[in-house]
Amino acid sequence: MISREEVLHVAGLARLELTEEEVERFREQLNAILEAVGKVAELGLGDVEPTAHPLDLVNSWADDEPRPSLSVDEALANAPDRDGDLFRVPAG
Amino acid sequence: MSWEAVIGLEIHVQLKTRTKMFCRCAVGALDDPNTRTCPVCLALPGSLPVPNRQAVEWTIRLGLALGCEIAGHAVFHRKHYFYPDNPKGYQISQYDEPLCVNGRVRLPGPDGVAEIGITRAHLEEDAAKTLHVGGAEGRIHGATASLVDFNRGGTPLVEIVTEPDIRTAEQARRFLQLLRQTVVELGISDAEMEKGSLRFDVNVSVRPTGSDELRTRTELKNMNSFAFAARGIEHEIERQIATYESGGQVEQETLHFDPNREDAPPLRSKEEAEDYRYFPEPDLVPIEPLREWSLDELGGKLPESPSARLERVLAAGLELRDAEALNAEPARVSLFETIGEAGVEPRAAAAFVLNDVAPRVDPARVDGAELAKVLRERDQIPREALDAAVAASASKGFTADEYLRERTVADASELDPVIDRILSENGQQVEAYRGGKEGLLGFFVGQVMRETQGKANPKVVNERLREKLKT
Amino acid sequence: MIETLRLTAEDAAGMLERGEFSAAELRGAYRTAIDERDPELHTFLTTVDEAEGDGVPIAFKDLISTRGVETTAGSRILAGYKPVFDATVASRCIDAGLPLLGKTNMDEFAMGSSTENSGFGPSRNPWDPDRVPGGSSGGSTAAVAAGLAPWALGSDTGGSIKQPAALCGVVGLRPTYGTVSRYGIVAFASSLDQIGPIAKTVRDCALLYRIVAGRDPCDSTTVELPQPVELPEAEDLRGLKIGVPKELNETEGIEPGVSEQVNRSLALARELGAEVEECSLPRSVDFGLPCYYLIAPSEASSNLARYDGVRYGYRAEGDGDIRQLYARTRDEGFGDEPKRRIMLGTYALSAGYYEAFYGQAQRVRTLIKQEHDALFERFDLLASPTSPTVAFRLGERTQNPLAMYLSDVLTIPSNMAGMPGLSIPCGLSDGLPVGLQLIGPQFSENALFRAGHALEQALAFDYVPERLR
Repeated sequence: MISREEVLHVAGLARLELTEEEVERFREQLNAILEAVGKVAELGLGDVEPTAHPLDLVNSWADDEPRPSLSVDEALANAPDRDGDLFRVPAG
Repeated sequence: MSWEAVIGLEIHVQLKTRTKMFCRCAVGALDDPNTRTCPVCLALPGSLPVPNRQAVEWTIRLGLALGCEIAGHAVFHRKHYFYPDNPKGYQISQYDEPLCVNGRVRLPGPDGVAEIGITRAHLEEDAAKTLHVGGAEGRIHGATASLVDFNRGGTPLVEIVTEPDIRTAEQARRFLQLLRQTVVELGISDAEMEKGSLRFDVNVSVRPTGSDELRTRTELKNMNSFAFAARGIEHEIERQIATYESGGQVEQETLHFDPNREDAPPLRSKEEAEDYRYFPEPDLVPIEPLREWSLDELGGKLPESPSARLERVLAAGLELRDAEALNAEPARVSLFETIGEAGVEPRAAAAFVLNDVAPRVDPARVDGAELAKVLRERDQIPREALDAAVAASASKGFTADEYLRERTVADASELDPVIDRILSENGQQVEAYRGGKEGLLGFFVGQVMRETQGKANPKVVNERLREKLKT
Repeated sequence: MIETLRLTAEDAAGMLERGEFSAAELRGAYRTAIDERDPELHTFLTTVDEAEGDGVPIAFKDLISTRGVETTAGSRILAGYKPVFDATVASRCIDAGLPLLGKTNMDEFAMGSSTENSGFGPSRNPWDPDRVPGGSSGGSTAAVAAGLAPWALGSDTGGSIKQPAALCGVVGLRPTYGTVSRYGIVAFASSLDQIGPIAKTVRDCALLYRIVAGRDPCDSTTVELPQPVELPEAEDLRGLKIGVPKELNETEGIEPGVSEQVNRSLALARELGAEVEECSLPRSVDFGLPCYYLIAPSEASSNLARYDGVRYGYRAEGDGDIRQLYARTRDEGFGDEPKRRIMLGTYALSAGYYEAFYGQAQRVRTLIKQEHDALFERFDLLASPTSPTVAFRLGERTQNPLAMYLSDVLTIPSNMAGMPGLSIPCGLSDGLPVGLQLIGPQFSENALFRAGHALEQALAFDYVPERLR
């Protein structure tokens, strides 16, 4: 069972400031979901290779040839806050 | 009790590819802010990374140069943390399947050669740059806002991690120096600390000499030069030893140095247990180098390593300082060796290369064998002739002959008859000299030089004259 | 007056070519239909007044980046966000001359099976506006069903094209993973997300797939199609072997009315010359859903980390340091379902749980792929219902996430295996459409189109919702 503390820890990792109501609701829902998905543990699959990708592709890349960048105005077009040509955020 | 230090390094080197690691923005960290960005390196919704093939190849070459095994199958992972310089909320890095593992580097020094293990060398992307404003100059403490420039974000970065095989601050300095030279000579990085294209962290712990325990380590960050790092490590080793000897315990913490103020004591912070939630980057497919490159071919094209060069130069009996100064450029070492082969004693050869050649001409263009011929006769030619030979040694068609023509007569048996004749022809001046007018020596030298048309070796002439005038 | 309800894209293209109407007139007809019917159905989040192209217009699910046109992925956290670049599929549609009609509603970040998780209110099913259109591409499928767009692009992660296509009585293709570029598609779960066509007919789907498929240098997980896309012509199924996995056809929760229509279609397939035989996917169905609900949320928790209020999108007001800005922005900007999945995924990837959850799920994924591969040695295609149920009522499953997740129980297994799947309408149950899911091995789209087209002809399903006829 996932505890209230674990919910808060995970929310912290994910940078979600949950309300009290959300903490309790998510705790219950996560427990129900985790119980259902925990079913994967039933299979003993030590010798099975994991599949990260549906296709067996390797070595997909590009040559080191520059392409045009965005203009500064395009780069900052959606910025919630800016200072000149820089993105502005509160200090950490 | 005697103590020894256990030191490991983690070095980040920016590759000097034309474009970023996962997008084709030109690399240009120092260009006007946010002029080198695109949907990928700004992490706009829906953008996808495409790896830079050149960066992969260069990382493999570096791995080979560091004696690493190149992975048959390498994978990019996502490493998660939130910070404004990390726009995706994860950095694309490598985790348990890096490109290069298990390397060994020989670290020559005055006390012999140490072997430093290379745990891994992997490829990742650099973070963007944040400027802190509103507080003290550029520092995060007291700042009211951060401003973000994404130009640097996504620059290819190789992370090299050593085993904790380093035992002294001086070894750490030497290792960093050799690693820097290695990447520069491979042509894959500028590795300039001032520009941030080479950065490193140091892990330091101490233990009773001879024990194999690993005690709590501290991490030193933000040091801006190798010498500064060596001093920082030295202090930290002393502090840890003092802590243990006074019955205390070393705490796991990070020491953040102020790169702008070497004398400032480092800020200490507790190491938080990070949870990076690594998992294989699903937007990328694995790398299988052997399907693309022949390692023999890549390895065969490697230049000689600076470490091997240093080892040879030290073996010739040079002091570390001179050996490192020579080793700073491969051409200096090869010139040193050519001159040595021509029969010049190593210390003299080193001094000549460092003091006479390097400040004036490019050692890479010098015809060492010809120049050595002149050098061997340095006592027989005028100083100016040697200087002129050095100056000309990098020019096309340089031959020693022209300068050896000025070879002086230094053989006393050839000079003595001339000197005797001049002394007998100038009895009056001989009397005066012997009476105390020693300034007349110059007069005799002048006479001998005129008589020999300047070919006489002034040093020998002086010696012989003094000798003969004594009696 | 152009009647859009019945008009297929292929017919519209023919009429444009013959000069029966202009592209502007055609677009105008769809705009009129949108003005008329969309206030009730809410299938569009944004409509576009001016768009280039002299071909058949198209609608995009709102997670496809369109330069200068708001792209929200159904999330408040992206309200007002106007991309500065086009997704590759958007560029390909522009190059093919398809003018954009607008951006369609969806579950937030494609997380959902009903569009009720949209940050901007749900869409409604044109067959019964009290019911959901399915999801997450419900806006696209409902728009096509209601004649508001001749065709549309959707995205499918766990079933987000196939399931709403089934619930709206239209055709939807989830292509083989890697055949359609994801560049510019707001990511949900990268190893599963695929863009695919939604249309009234199989041939329209094939036409649109032909336009968008193929390797994209901007998406390193894409490949070139091994064969060009063929427009299906044949009306028989001779030589085709269809497997009917019993787990996909008999699992608990499949409505009898749904089974009935699927069985009728399979009988028809036999009449058309196919060999139809029962088979088994012993673990894919039981373990598919748990596997999916570990892998997709884990990848989502990572893909959604970029929504931090720094470079675009919503930023919370108020004082505080950067950490507080992140936490408040993300709490206020994301709806319940993304938060739930971010929490689940973050937990599954966090220290100590990775192997038990994500690592194990990847192994289960291998198993599922192996089971499918084995069946495709015996069969050309597999068949099952697309959704266990017909369209359900709004609100029916919103209180219980697990019940909602079960909507995709039949589409998820083949998605985990990277196999393509086509949903075609195959009849009505209680007056609501039932979807037949056809699954093929990787790169078998041509076989799916061929079988889908032949069945479509034989079934003669009327795709115009009864209440709009």
